Amino acid sequence: MPVFSVYVVNKAGGLVFQYDHQKTSIELEKTFSYPLDLKLEPQTDYVTVVFGQQDGIKVGHVILSVNGKAVSGRKLQDGSDVMEFIENEKNYPLNIRFGRPKLSSNQKIMMASMFHSLYAISVQLSPESGSSGIQKLETDTFTLHCHQTVTGVKFIVISDPKQVGVDSLLARLYTIYSDYALKNPFYSLEMPIRTELFDSQVVTAIEQTEKVGSAI
Amino acid sequence: MSKTTGRAFENKKLVGELFTLTYGALVSQLIKDYEKDDEVNKQLDKMGYNIGVRLVEDFMARSNLGKCQDLRETADVIAKVAFKMYLNITPVVTNWSLANDEFSLILENNPLAEFVELPERHSDLSYANVLCGAIRGALEMLQLEVETWFLKDALKGDTATELRVKFIKKLTDALPAGED
Repeated sequence: MPVFSVYVVNKAGGLVFQYDHQKTSIELEKTFSYPLDLKLEPQTDYVTVVFGQQDGIKVGHVILSVNGKAVSGRKLQDGSDVMEFIENEKNYPLNIRFGRPKLSSNQKIMMASMFHSLYAISVQLSPESGSSGIQKLETDTFTLHCHQTVTGVKFIVISDPKQVGVDSLLARLYTIYSDYALKNPFYSLEMPIRTELFDSQVVTAIEQTEKVGSAI
Repeated sequence: MSKTTGRAFENKKLVGELFTLTYGALVSQLIKDYEKDDEVNKQLDKMGYNIGVRLVEDFMARSNLGKCQDLRETADVIAKVAFKMYLNITPVVTNWSLANDEFSLILENNPLAEFVELPERHSDLSYANVLCGAIRGALEMLQLEVETWFLKDALKGDTATELRVKFIKKLTDALPAGED
């Protein structure tokens, strides 16, 4: 999906709002017979594919479920270790679902504050004084757009490199923030935004940007 | 053609009157609760501050203005853009101090106090004190510490209402990166 996610960061660098707009998550399920031709390695939170890319299963993908039963970390639901289960020939043929690991909410908070610091560093790096911070970060698979308001609130949109109209989306997000978050008397400033009105307005703005190329 | 414009004008007037009425109800309830005029003034200032802190983001979002370079520019923006946007009046910026750190906003007619007459027993009440608080709160979010007060009040017998704004200092400890 062209617009991937939206982050709103407050003055102090804390994450105030986050939304992922992906409709299709990258998940692949495949049946395997002994011996497994993928090389798996257990990490702290997951079991990842380290070698042996095939059929769309890439290095970095993690095991999401075995035989239809979701895996939590490195253990199956009955408590036994995933690696042991897979190494046991008796359990084959078995069905494993792989996918890209999703960021946990703690990781997202950490990313947001890290970006906040990088933004401040980028101001210092500039050869001219009074420079703005990071406005666009481009990679081959996504572009990160950031708009900092005069009051210090940052609106970050991660989108497809070919997506147009992200500037108007950032401006529209600022208007939505000033309306649905700030004009709500029950919302305290700098705190996480947890209102449905705000969420639905953000979704509408993103969908409009994707369809029309401008959020206004 | 004239019917539709007449209708639109009447609607605006009615909304404006509802606003004036609501503000009047607010002040009278505060007087009932706090009784003393300075307490009410303080509460109005506090409420104005809370409004200003939030309203400034709405203002920046809608006006697309960048940072002002000096106090003169700030004063012009407050008078010509902000007051016009929210109260549909344009106060005049005058009476600059010698050091250019104080100015006055002269309001010909205050929409908040359109139908109000201040009685004798409330002669110390700053009826529109919420405006002072709002300007103070908004500028504080933009890293400018100011002091605001009413120099003259039409409700107390003067010809026009004069709001004085004095620049105290720039708040540099909470400056967002890139703004200096």
